[in-house]
Amino acid sequence: MMDTLFPARPERLCDIRRAVAESASRLGCPQPVVHDVVLAVDEACQNIIRHAYQGCDGDIKVQVSRDDHRLVVRLIDFAPPVDVAKICPRSLDELRPGGLGTHFMRAVMDEVAFLPPPSGAGNMLQMIKRIGEP
Amino acid sequence: MNLKTHENNGTVVVSLAGEIDLEHSPSVRKQLMELMFDRRDVLVDMAQVAYIDSSGIASLVEAYQMARKNATRFVLVAVSQPALRVLQLARLDKVFALADTVEAALAG
Repeated sequence: MMDTLFPARPERLCDIRRAVAESASRLGCPQPVVHDVVLAVDEACQNIIRHAYQGCDGDIKVQVSRDDHRLVVRLIDFAPPVDVAKICPRSLDELRPGGLGTHFMRAVMDEVAFLPPPSGAGNMLQMIKRIGEP
Repeated sequence: MNLKTHENNGTVVVSLAGEIDLEHSPSVRKQLMELMFDRRDVLVDMAQVAYIDSSGIASLVEAYQMARKNATRFVLVAVSQPALRVLQLARLDKVFALADTVEAALAG
């Protein structure tokens, strides 16, 4: 299991991607799934940096674990709670830059949901990917 | 991330390499948009792109839209498998002009 705190900064996203890729591989994800999980985590962390912390300093706790046939990723931040109702993927019929991150997360993961955060945290996003036998 | 440009018969070939993420996409966007403002025909060689996220894709979309407005060429060339996967997720593989090689794009 991975449970690591990272600074919520664009230049640390590469460290988060490396760590998540290593953890997902170790937990039995095949390589194409690892790439998808890394993309989903990267996009979710971008949302935290841009929308939750809004450019201010903060941390992201990244947890990756395996629960039977499911890879479970949890991202916990310490920013003010976000308005979950405002977070929705945009239509792909519309050609414009931006707004694709939430679509990518939902496209590559089987479940994406905000859960009540632990005490002292601001938000907790849980993403689940179904994988094969351990 | 690494970005290099060279000219080939009046067309600018932009070679992107490495990871195009939130840290690096502002630089990619700036350099592509400078070429677009100069109304240049541009090929983006993506063979060495190991990773691209939504912010990198947004830079490509913005350049593509500007090229369309200017009636100039904007072609993605030799798109790597990880980058193609992301374009497909956004259904942009059907929107961008794609070519297998720089030579094919120049001939097209």
